Amino acid sequence: MSDLTAEGGHGAVPTGPEVPVEPGAATTRRDWPLYEVFVRGKRGLNHVHVGSLHAPDEEMAVHAARDLYTRRNEGVSIWVVRAADITASSPDEKDPMFTPSGDKVYRHPTFYEIPENVPHM
Amino acid sequence: MSAPALDRPLDESALQGRFDATIAAGHRIEPRDWMPEGYRKTLVRQIAQHAHSEIIGMQPEGDWLLAAPSLRRKAVLLAKVQDEAGHGLYLYSAAETLGADRADLTDKLIERRQKYSSIFNYPTLTYADVGVIGWLVDGAAICNQVPLCRSSYGPYARAMIRVCKEESFHQRQGYELLMTMMTGTAEQQAMVQDAVDRWWWPSLMMFGPPDDESPNSAQSMAWGIKRHSNDELRQRFVDMTVPQAEVLGVTLPDPELALDRDTGRYRFGAIDWSELQRVISGQGPCNDERIARRRAARDDNAWVTEAATAYAEKHAGV
Amino acid sequence: MHEETVYDALDSAHGGEGQWAFGTGFDEPLAGVDTTVPDGIDPADLGEYCLMLGDDALVLAQRLTEWMTAARELEEEVAFGNTALDLLGQARLLLARAGSVGVLGRSRERATPSIPDEDALAYFRDPDEFRCTALVAAPGGDFGQTMVRLLAASTLRLAVFTRLRDSRDPVLAAIAAKGVHELTYHRDHAARWVLRLGDGTPESHRRAQAGVDAVWPLLADVFSATDVERRLVAAGVAVDPAATRSEVTAVLTQVLGQATLRVPEWPADVPPRGRVGEHSPDLTALLATLQGLARQHPAATW
Repeated sequence: MSDLTAEGGHGAVPTGPEVPVEPGAATTRRDWPLYEVFVRGKRGLNHVHVGSLHAPDEEMAVHAARDLYTRRNEGVSIWVVRAADITASSPDEKDPMFTPSGDKVYRHPTFYEIPENVPHM
Repeated sequence: MSAPALDRPLDESALQGRFDATIAAGHRIEPRDWMPEGYRKTLVRQIAQHAHSEIIGMQPEGDWLLAAPSLRRKAVLLAKVQDEAGHGLYLYSAAETLGADRADLTDKLIERRQKYSSIFNYPTLTYADVGVIGWLVDGAAICNQVPLCRSSYGPYARAMIRVCKEESFHQRQGYELLMTMMTGTAEQQAMVQDAVDRWWWPSLMMFGPPDDESPNSAQSMAWGIKRHSNDELRQRFVDMTVPQAEVLGVTLPDPELALDRDTGRYRFGAIDWSELQRVISGQGPCNDERIARRRAARDDNAWVTEAATAYAEKHAGV
Repeated sequence: MHEETVYDALDSAHGGEGQWAFGTGFDEPLAGVDTTVPDGIDPADLGEYCLMLGDDALVLAQRLTEWMTAARELEEEVAFGNTALDLLGQARLLLARAGSVGVLGRSRERATPSIPDEDALAYFRDPDEFRCTALVAAPGGDFGQTMVRLLAASTLRLAVFTRLRDSRDPVLAAIAAKGVHELTYHRDHAARWVLRLGDGTPESHRRAQAGVDAVWPLLADVFSATDVERRLVAAGVAVDPAATRSEVTAVLTQVLGQATLRVPEWPADVPPRGRVGEHSPDLTALLATLQGLARQHPAATW
């Protein structure tokens, strides 16, 4: 029975020789680039990252995002951006970039203890 | 971009320590975090298999799209098969955050170098199969998938939240179809029972081998990318499903199925794995057909993908 | 409120029951619409007209559904699904309207009484009772031809629906108002693809042009009104297809031109064919697939 596994959502997948997937295995074929999709769920909310998709260009990416990520009326506005165009902080920078605020607990509302009987807080 | 240099670059054991601590604290690992190579490879394999299963899983029910027996059922089924394309897409996206490439994963599926869930190699013989797939196969998938919403890998967990929300509609539409058919003609009722007879055992097999024969599970549990054992999930599924079968008025094809009064759980018969082995080893009724369809989709329409790429290059910055 | 995912926000925006996955914010398309047939309109004509518009949508939805599991990119598969679902929705409303005004043809002789009108009409009419045009009934061909046909069909239908919003029949007006948004998107999507195929690679250009050449002859009867349409145009209910000609040809000419595709000679008008039940064997084959199971079990409920 060792040639079966239940990992992955639909279970019972045969194991057996599989080729490893190496990072950056993108082929020489001219496949569509990856876009990240951000959706504003309703007015008053920020655009939130919901996932990604492949599209040949920005226009088609917006179309595909509309079809894929808002087909249940999830959003009122969509942003797409090429994944390659995102500049991110490196996880290694985490300490120098983010720890300075770690001690400024007074910026966080939970710092302030308010008695429960104070309304509208 | 030049990152501010750290005074002391972290060595591997420190990184491993930080990774272990993140998992231990129940926090999520995110794409740009350091992670052990084994974790990354296991996740890519798991997520890719899951994605492949969604995409291949469109076909058994998709075979009934053009022939759905009412316009309402046609719309429901179309929305469902479309969701499965979406699920595959969310999951491939999660795999891509680990450095995999969707086109490359698709090639590996088509070249049979990566696998998908064997359940989708069974044929759908009648329209009752559409309902039973929703009820049993999607029901079993939900049992497998709900814990994955807490996967230690952030993008996978987030994809699974969306998948699980949508799957619940899939299971309900299946059960509702069966309930409707059970109030229909005698022929329809027989169709439902026949479909249940064919899909019950394969559904139980979806949970994978018994725990004592599942060697890779321990590491996946430790990594937080598997949350419950195969047998535990299988038992949970049986306990959920038996009362549903009673309401529906169908008989599950297992004479040993009985409620254990002491534990409140259902005992069930031994699973005949040889049948599943046959399907897995490529002798399943539909293996070739399923792969051939995906191959045709890829190869016959390569010119479309290329055309859009060429157009984008021509009109870039215009 | 801390919301870990966009779905938490959606959930709370839609009642907090985790139900958004079943669909959110849906409006009953005909809620509050007066369904009585306005004075001076022959219900038989009205029903027949609903069949024309409904059958076009049903048959095109069926053609687009053929792409499910056959498209290369998953994004496109999802797009086909959405377009087909929109059209299927339009078809259901229109067939139900035809049934509600008593136009059921021979379908009721075959369909069990418990079967709703929309299904009796979709599943239990014979090909000669269908009122769709050859433009939607013809086989889809490759992706290029599929997109050219979708462009032509959605341009035409959008032009009709835009005008139909002012119909004296409040039900048709409501269906049209809803459909205009959907069709605008379909036309836009198809146009974007025709641009990319026409102005993409030499192969895609060749295939797109072949698609255009295959689709153009199907336009021969789309601007020809039937007697039913003429009477309903006079009654302020229907749109004269001839009135959409300049808009349709202008849009198609513009898109093809931008796509570097050659606009073939417009076919000479011929009298209505599909609209009066004259179809090619393509429709018979399509209906055999669509109707087979339902007809095998005429007494069944699904």
